[in-house]
Amino acid sequence: MMIKLVDISKFYHTGSVTLAALDKVNLEIKNGEMIAIMGPSGSGKSTLMNMIGCLDVPSEGRYLLDEREVSRLKEDDLSEIRNKKIGFIFQSFNLLPKLTALENVELPLIYRGMQTAERRQSSVAALNMVGLSDRMHHKPTELSGGQQQRVAIARALAGNPPVILADEPTGNLDSRSGVEVMEIIRDLNEKGKTVILITHDMEIARQARRIISIQDGCIVKDEEVA
Amino acid sequence: MGVWQIIKLAIAGIRANKMRSFLTMLGVIIGVAAVIVLVSIGEGASKSVTDRIEGMGSNLISVTIRGNQSSATLSYDEVQGWKERAGIQGLAPIVNGNVSVKYGSNKYDTGLEGVNEEYQEVRNHKVQAGRFILPMDVSLRQKVVLLGTEVSTELFGNMNPVGETVKINGTNFKVVGLLEEKGSESMGSNDDKVLIPLTTAERLLNSKGIRSVYVQAESPEMVDLVVTQIDNILFRKTNDAESYRVFNQAEMLSTVNEVTGTLTAMLGGIAAISLLVGGIGIMNIMLVSVTERTREIGIRKAIGAKRKDILRQFLIEALVVSSSGGIIGIILGTGGANLLGSIMAMETVVSLKIMALAFGFSLFIGVVFGMYPANKAAKMNPIEALRFE
Ligand SMILES: Nc1ncnc2c1ncn2[C@@H]1O[C@H](COP(=O)(O)OP(=O)(O)OP(=O)(O)O)[C@@H](O)[C@H]1O
Ligand SMILES: [Mg+2]
Repeated sequence: MMIKLVDISKFYHTGSVTLAALDKVNLEIKNGEMIAIMGPSGSGKSTLMNMIGCLDVPSEGRYLLDEREVSRLKEDDLSEIRNKKIGFIFQSFNLLPKLTALENVELPLIYRGMQTAERRQSSVAALNMVGLSDRMHHKPTELSGGQQQRVAIARALAGNPPVILADEPTGNLDSRSGVEVMEIIRDLNEKGKTVILITHDMEIARQARRIISIQDGCIVKDEEVA
Repeated sequence: MGVWQIIKLAIAGIRANKMRSFLTMLGVIIGVAAVIVLVSIGEGASKSVTDRIEGMGSNLISVTIRGNQSSATLSYDEVQGWKERAGIQGLAPIVNGNVSVKYGSNKYDTGLEGVNEEYQEVRNHKVQAGRFILPMDVSLRQKVVLLGTEVSTELFGNMNPVGETVKINGTNFKVVGLLEEKGSESMGSNDDKVLIPLTTAERLLNSKGIRSVYVQAESPEMVDLVVTQIDNILFRKTNDAESYRVFNQAEMLSTVNEVTGTLTAMLGGIAAISLLVGGIGIMNIMLVSVTERTREIGIRKAIGAKRKDILRQFLIEALVVSSSGGIIGIILGTGGANLLGSIMAMETVVSLKIMALAFGFSLFIGVVFGMYPANKAAKMNPIEALRFE
């Protein structure tokens, strides 16, 4: 999956003030890369990630996903891209509290229209991979933070999307759970998925092979890590 | 997302919020129950009136001579002559008056009708003991009498009167039959009267001709034809359309049905308003629920739900609430209608049609009032929804 942002800007108008959350960002991400995005709070990291994940549309600029212009697509088409190509991992897990772990993992596959048997199989496999096969029928409230984040990861990868986006995935976790989660994410990248993660933690950022620093909506540094 | 799965989730949601769901449903429950009870009262009233009119005899036409001139009255032979006309099944001319009936020391004042043998069929009377008046009774001017149940009870108590002799206006009559109870109708009680042969009655009452004839048409389609023919005969005879009346039972039925139909529609309409209020209740709670679940909507959209998926989810939830309310309302309404029927001694009719209608209406309410909140949910921006706390 080739990701290419060309002069992407995102403006927010509050009253008479216009704020550029992203300011003419150019970025190219190749298939199978693992990238960490760093920067101070409010610098535009989440805005950038939402743009890459097709959750948000730019005010200006072009976004090419495998050479297809997606920045002007309709909402439902973007939903379909998110469903098939993108797996989201959020800082606050964002699981549905009334569903069990398994049902949460199945959800994106349901929206994809997958048949029950196949859906069940993929979801169980995903939960296996994050080491939670014995917690399948637990509700999120019955799981620890680390376990909840692993369910969220299973949900992100159940549909086998080429791109995984993680916005501060360890931000709400203790250091041990954080290490576990990062191991899984690194493993995903080694299996060929493009991984983009936002973090404030240099330790975690160094696990990526490329670190992008962002400030006031502009990319100020883009370096390969050894 | 599968419909079945959404229904399961919606039911789980209802269970998780029992009190709120119950209050939401209550509006629909009351509305549907009210529709069923009120319409059942309306239809019950319609049925009891219709039954009474039909109980008078089927395809019945009644002919009445008005005014006092004896020139206008009919003779028995004249009436029998109508038989040759097409479409007439039975003719029951009547001579009536008030008499006093005596059995031993018991005396009772009642109505008397002088009738022929066709009266039984035409007026749909049944005999519970003994026999009806025979052609021979009429031709031989027999002094025989049939008693209505009320008369029999007054004179004989629980005793079987058949075979006894009573005095009517001082003349001895042999009781040959006891009528079956029939209840009252627009023409007065059917049970507080005695029947004797027409010819005997003419003598006894010293009557100057027949003023009333019941005519039975062969079929409902024939009724109009018979009415026209009799009208022609009588007009030719009297030259005065005001001096007689030809009254058609079917016409009466349709008038009554029109009135009770309006009544039923009005009652149903009032009840439907409460159902509408129930629908507004659903909309209100759904709007709250959509706001509360903004984050859930954001999550669902982030992982690929399209607008129609979200719309369908909330619509199905509204439908589950309104149809559950509808079903409970039907059960309560049917029970209420039956209870009302038994304790208030009024006839109530709960038809399958009205149940289906009330249920359909509750579904309709669910869709109509669920649509706005569901649409609001479907149109949410995923990022804003995700940021919602
Ligand atoms: N809906 C909005 N309306 C107005 N301003 C917004 C909106 N969303 C984001 N912003 C602004 O855009 C800027 C970038 O926000 P963003 O969430 O991308 O920051 P971030 O780098 O992810 O910060 P953090 O590290 O705290 O998560 C911020 O200044 C924020 O206030
Ligand atoms: Mg952020």
